[in-house]
Amino acid sequence: MHTHIIDRRSFVAAAGTAALVAACALAGCGQGGTSAATTGSQASGSVTAVGSTALQPLVEAAAEQYMGKNPSVQITVQGGGSGQGITQIAQGAVQIGDSDVFAESKLPNKSDASKLTDNKVAVVGMGPVANKDVAIDNLTMDQLKGIFTGTITNWSQVGGPNEAITVINRASGSGTRATFEDAVLAGTAVPDSFKPQEQDSSGTVAKMVASTPGAISYLAFSYFDDSQFKSLSVDGVKPTKDNVTTNQWKIWAYEHMYTSTSPDAATKAFVDYMLGSDVQGSLVEKNGYIPVSSMKVSRDASGNVTV
Amino acid sequence: MSKPLEKRRLENVGLGITGACVALVVLLVATLVFMVASRGLSTFVLDGIPVGSFLGGTTWNPHQTDASGLPSVGALPMISGSFAVTLLSCLITLPFAIGSAIFVVEVAPGFGRRVFQPITELLVGIPSVVFGLVGLTVVVAWTRGWAGGTGYGILSSSIVLAFMILPTVTSLATDALAAVPDGYRDGSYGLGCTRWQTVCHVVLPSAAPGLMTAVVLGMTRAFGEALAVQMVIGNAAQMPESLVTPASTLTSVLTMGMGNEAMGTVYNDVLWSLALVLMAMSLVFILVIHLIGRRGAAKHA
Repeated sequence: MHTHIIDRRSFVAAAGTAALVAACALAGCGQGGTSAATTGSQASGSVTAVGSTALQPLVEAAAEQYMGKNPSVQITVQGGGSGQGITQIAQGAVQIGDSDVFAESKLPNKSDASKLTDNKVAVVGMGPVANKDVAIDNLTMDQLKGIFTGTITNWSQVGGPNEAITVINRASGSGTRATFEDAVLAGTAVPDSFKPQEQDSSGTVAKMVASTPGAISYLAFSYFDDSQFKSLSVDGVKPTKDNVTTNQWKIWAYEHMYTSTSPDAATKAFVDYMLGSDVQGSLVEKNGYIPVSSMKVSRDASGNVTV
Repeated sequence: MSKPLEKRRLENVGLGITGACVALVVLLVATLVFMVASRGLSTFVLDGIPVGSFLGGTTWNPHQTDASGLPSVGALPMISGSFAVTLLSCLITLPFAIGSAIFVVEVAPGFGRRVFQPITELLVGIPSVVFGLVGLTVVVAWTRGWAGGTGYGILSSSIVLAFMILPTVTSLATDALAAVPDGYRDGSYGLGCTRWQTVCHVVLPSAAPGLMTAVVLGMTRAFGEALAVQMVIGNAAQMPESLVTPASTLTSVLTMGMGNEAMGTVYNDVLWSLALVLMAMSLVFILVIHLIGRRGAAKHA
């Protein structure tokens, strides 16, 4: 009789523990970086940055460096894509929304962008890349446009070998694709009949261009790898960082870290750190981006470039 | 006197905790279904897109509007792509799955238990991204070599998926064959049938409902697989024209688009609608499995 009671007790205890563990796990999921450390003389608290996967490595590296100096600030960096970053910062769910594109182009209600502060932390240059079997090093902007709108379908039409062109696009909402299309298509709509392949990560695109004969796509400079595939010049201009800073190379974009117009102290301190010399001087270039400070031109949300 | 009371209290506590676990699971499923449904339906309710042009349209380009001024959100290319890879991968898998199930149940049960089963279980444990990578580097190049095209397309995806669902279908088929009572076999042998006559005329027909369940479960897995397919199908939202031109599936378009589109936009809504279609299809698959199970049970009763 006695042993029976013990059996039930242990059963209840086991079930209770299981339920508790499950409950804690669930609660933990929902918490997502809201626990704030309140000690420390400088800014303290927790900052969550969500969004662009292209910007993620830089923010992660900067956050690590920053937390080393300011242990009272806890910074969590997550990917998810530029759309996620803009959505979450617009909803006030996070402190920083990372994006490859201006918020105006993502938000369903354009005026919501005025409720955000745009911090441009870096510039990223992008360029067309092709498989090594394509014996061409230069394309004109018009030729590039023809290829990516489906009017040019064979490399022989642009002076190359008689070989079909395999266009590899990025996903239609990706920041890289938006940047490329803004610069190259300049508003020309792609006909519905032209449906090239799409891939959702730069790494996969690089692999595909390297292995698919006749392939063309576009990548950020940091993904360029001359041993795997070739990068193409456009209108005789080489895809280099120097050419980006003067806007001679037209295919580039800002990397944005959006905050609310009145960020808390820790968020503001971290964004200031991102814009300061600790990050701009070294980390930005180490991660393959171009420091904003080295840009000789600037560009606004509607694409107007001023010197 | 206090003991019975204590026992009753314990019973109630146990009931309460286990009941809470059940309630939690039910609540999770219900909220999940509600969330996907409410977001998915807002394409039609809030954005005013006719259900017909979503399910039957062949142009997918939500960033652009069509002649009627509504975004082009025809999902038929993805729906047909999903069904094509699901059916084709099952066709590829089935002979291997049933063949090996027959071997390990009828020919070499000891080898099946000790060697073959652990190997198939290993296959289950391989993450889908690994299948995708192997597909990207090996299968795509291979299909490009003999079938032409770029290599990306339904054929490559079906081959990769066939490998992924092979362990599921094989182990369920093995169970189905093993569940056929030995009396059936003895009867067949007693009539002078050979082993293969017994397999073909007695074991396989008796195991048919179980084999069907194995196939449908494999199809469910193939239908819902996202990552590996996305890496090798080429993701071109066009009606599948051949097995070697790039196509797309519901899952591949979903995983590519979700992170890039802000909440509340038509594009985001219509992605949820795709998720709703996926969920509805899984429901159909599960219903089919239950139906087969019930019919099989009624037959054997």
